Amino acid sequence: MTTLVPFDEALAKYSPVLGIETHIELGTASKMFCGCPTEFGGAPNTHVCPVCLGLPGSLPVVNEKAIEYAIRIGLALNCSIAEWCRFARKNYFYPDMPKDFQISQYDEPICFDGYLDVEVEGETYRIGIERAHLEEDTGKSTHVGGATGRIHGAVHSLVDYNRAGIPLIEIVTKPIEATEEKAPLVAKAYATELRELVRALGASDVRMEEGSMRCDVNVSLMLKGASQWGTRTETKNVNSLRSVERSVRHEIERQAAVLDAGGKIVQETRHFHENTGTTSPGRSKEEAQDYRYFPEPDLVPVAPAREWVEEIRAGLPELPAARRVRVKEAWSLSDEELRDVINAGALDLIEETVAAGASPAAARKWWMNELSRTATAQGVELSALPVTAEQVARIQALVDAGELNDKLARKVFEGVLAGEGTPDEVVAARGLKVVSDEGELVAIVEKVIADNADAAQKVRDGKVAAAGALVGAVMKASRGQADAARAREIILERLGQA
Amino acid sequence: MSITRDEVAHLARLSRLALGEEELEHFAVQLDAIVSAVARVQEVAAEDIPPTTHALPITNVFRPDEVQQTLSNAEALSGAPAAEEERFRVPRILEEED
Amino acid sequence: MIFKTAAELGELIASGETTAVEVAQAHLERIEQVEGKVNAFLHVSAERALEQAAAVDARRAAGEELGPLAGVPIAHKDVFTTKDMPTTCASKILEGWVPPYDATVTTRLREAGLVILGKTNMDEFAMGSSTENSAYGPTSNPWDLSRIPGGSSGGSSAAVAAYEAPLATGTDTGGSIRQPAAVTGLVGMKPTYGGSSRFGLVAFASSLDTPGPFARNVLDAALLHEAFSGHDPRDSTSISEPVPPVVEAARQADVAGLRIGVVKEFSGEGYQAGVLNRFNETVELLESLGAKVVEVSCPSFDYALSSYYLIAPSEASSNLARFDAMRYGLRVGDDGTRSAEEVMALTRAAGFGPEVKRRIILGTYALSSGYYDAYYGKAQQVRTLIARDFEAAFGQVDVLISPTTPTTAFPIGERADDPMAMYLADLCTIPSNMAGNAAISVPCGLADEDGLPVGLQIMAPVLADDRCYRVGAAVEKALEDRWGGPLLRKAPAL
Repeated sequence: MTTLVPFDEALAKYSPVLGIETHIELGTASKMFCGCPTEFGGAPNTHVCPVCLGLPGSLPVVNEKAIEYAIRIGLALNCSIAEWCRFARKNYFYPDMPKDFQISQYDEPICFDGYLDVEVEGETYRIGIERAHLEEDTGKSTHVGGATGRIHGAVHSLVDYNRAGIPLIEIVTKPIEATEEKAPLVAKAYATELRELVRALGASDVRMEEGSMRCDVNVSLMLKGASQWGTRTETKNVNSLRSVERSVRHEIERQAAVLDAGGKIVQETRHFHENTGTTSPGRSKEEAQDYRYFPEPDLVPVAPAREWVEEIRAGLPELPAARRVRVKEAWSLSDEELRDVINAGALDLIEETVAAGASPAAARKWWMNELSRTATAQGVELSALPVTAEQVARIQALVDAGELNDKLARKVFEGVLAGEGTPDEVVAARGLKVVSDEGELVAIVEKVIADNADAAQKVRDGKVAAAGALVGAVMKASRGQADAARAREIILERLGQA
Repeated sequence: MSITRDEVAHLARLSRLALGEEELEHFAVQLDAIVSAVARVQEVAAEDIPPTTHALPITNVFRPDEVQQTLSNAEALSGAPAAEEERFRVPRILEEED
Repeated sequence: MIFKTAAELGELIASGETTAVEVAQAHLERIEQVEGKVNAFLHVSAERALEQAAAVDARRAAGEELGPLAGVPIAHKDVFTTKDMPTTCASKILEGWVPPYDATVTTRLREAGLVILGKTNMDEFAMGSSTENSAYGPTSNPWDLSRIPGGSSGGSSAAVAAYEAPLATGTDTGGSIRQPAAVTGLVGMKPTYGGSSRFGLVAFASSLDTPGPFARNVLDAALLHEAFSGHDPRDSTSISEPVPPVVEAARQADVAGLRIGVVKEFSGEGYQAGVLNRFNETVELLESLGAKVVEVSCPSFDYALSSYYLIAPSEASSNLARFDAMRYGLRVGDDGTRSAEEVMALTRAAGFGPEVKRRIILGTYALSSGYYDAYYGKAQQVRTLIARDFEAAFGQVDVLISPTTPTTAFPIGERADDPMAMYLADLCTIPSNMAGNAAISVPCGLADEDGLPVGLQIMAPVLADDRCYRVGAAVEKALEDRWGGPLLRKAPAL
């Protein structure tokens, strides 16, 4: 069992330096170098062709959309876009890599030298971006014979190459320094911001649970005030935002313990374990990897025309940071309210609802209360609920028009979520409508006044507050469908208080 | 520059060739001769000469992002030394290297 | 029948004087008759060939407009993938592998109505100059069965020289079409790099590999060149320009007023006297035909061989990594206890021959960290110098000429375990692979010492493939007038 130094203690003595390499699958329809679909799922080895199976004689051809997405991401990360760059072969043997080399980029990445600002507890950290380059994903192995599909003790493995050749962009940060005790949070904030950014760019849907975004997190410690960085470890394939934070925290605690005990950090690859929040070393190699990179002779250089780059720049959508500023202002939100909206995944939904005609306050109210509760209860993402922004806006429009009140509106939501149809269909089918027929309402009011003589007398005597009880009785008698405000007006009128 | 038996052994491991002792010795002698000969390239190549990786100066060859016909599972596995559950069956894998 | 040219066969079939089936049968009989001596084929696909021939005849009968080679048989180098025949690259590691797809060259042969008789022997993965590096035994030179037919496309050259097929495909990485053509008395053309598609060509050295034709005369070579060349969107290095007018040039056969440069560096020590004699006579012949011949110096060509033996093995070491026993081909040592890594190493050791292993190790060395700049990097700079020499030369002359090979066909076994001696066979052919320009070999006579064929190499600028055919056809015409027929007629009967 690894001994750890408590986080605060570790940070009192050491300064961490981080580096994050993030792989994101791009949302192209076809693979990086062939026309096979990138669609998730599918029977094993059916989204394959001679190219992505690495069959002898096959040749790669670059997917133009992947280049465009890479440039889009690079521009949004404030990177320079290479005027000329090449793909390179990274040579190493592995069964899930069909050609036993990966087509990647080596010393000539398509995007380089940028930054991304992230906010942690009101403070802005500028994360330098070293480079962003394109490469291809590998296949997927299932290990048979060991304990629950794990690699250790497996007797043999089964390989599915459906994922092989899916385009990946690898985004590499510059060393992240001076974050001190915020290091784990900065790491998480960076991963979060990057995910939001790439999503906003439409370059990937970034589903971490499907492995379409994976982080390799480098951590090293040096004594506070030192200028020479310590030896780093690299924790591979960290697959959730929370894990990014936890893995950094754990490595800080673990490395501090090793250093405190007079030990040395070994430069190595480590694996993160979701269940324990700890890392463990990967297999140590008898000899250092030598990837023998060289320019990929089967592909020609990529030299994006400046006009194309500028066209892509002009077409960039509003980026998350700018959007947050705009939305906060336009919707009059506090920092906390905005954070809640973002964390709930409701930003797009609310914005679409506003675009469909609802007021920001109303749109936020429905999504953040009624609908968030339902999503939580069902254990699904807000966006996965079977209700559209247009439908939310329609329901709110009915409320605004006085045809529904809040209570009835909730019933309409109930119906829509239950699959009973559009809001208007639910209203019709369930007969949910505020009683707006004046004659009918007057009749109910007169009956209520007659039945509640005492209360009516109090109102006549000037105790206007007593009208509340009468309004309640009207609502009850109308089974909630009366327009409460109008009922009150009529009651006061009849009892001489108008 | 000369190539030793041990160096050949290292290169053979790197290129996944399980060579026997005799082969290692034999290749070491031959490769040493070849490398000494081809090292001549160092005589002429001055620093300021750009390298040529492609015979022709073509750039920007792309394909549109369109889905094309794939192989069937049976076609994909047709040459496999072993297959199981629609997948390629391979000997146990030591550990992810990347 | 089998002595006819491809162009003649095409016309006879088109005019109905014979049928594709008859032509295929005649060649299959010839194969039956001489294969035991020549061993040009790794796989003969008699049944499929007759089916294909019958299909061409049916299309013809239905009134379809077909190309000039429709119904003509062809021998296909076993480096191109074929859906209906095994593709082994003469390696144990691919024994019996039937690819699920056709190479672009294969597809285009089929579309042109060519009838594929089978797949030809070669040096394993196209590495070699003698076809001795085949896992399935060497091929013999029809001129002298104790000698090599050249390589790596030696099965293709032998098949055409032995009249087993009027045409064959080859691939040329450092001379693998031109050198076998030269030593068997054939025409062999390496088109401009990117002029013919590499898709489905099992890669040896990607930046050098070029598919090209073998034939017994220049016009046939041009017809085949035209049939399978042209842009292929599946090969990123394919060029989009139209195929140069090679057939027209082969018919033009005229050098009057053309400026021809003799490469100064390709003579002297190491060159067989009989080779130089025939070459010098051809130079005189060209002058007599009205060409203006000058000597041109290309000093960096002296370094081409060294540069090639760094670049080609480097690319090969990576290209051949995929033969790892996981997805196709041979698997050795999978006893349920060994790891994938061990099975890969055992399979590759058992499945590759010595020359392939040598080149993989050499290439791995040249790309290793610490050595890359000194070897691979320098070799690529030399490549630039070679291209510059060509550029300067083509500023002065229209084509360059040299002997295709320093010697005639050497005896089988002579250089088998002496790689450096073997590599010298490609001395004159390598520069055009490095620069990507077009080059052809045409027969220019028999060497005095051994009575074996000598080849003339004609090199033209990138995309000027037609010049190779134009000059080659002029030389062919003049020499055949002198000889009273094709050189190959002088070969002993098999």
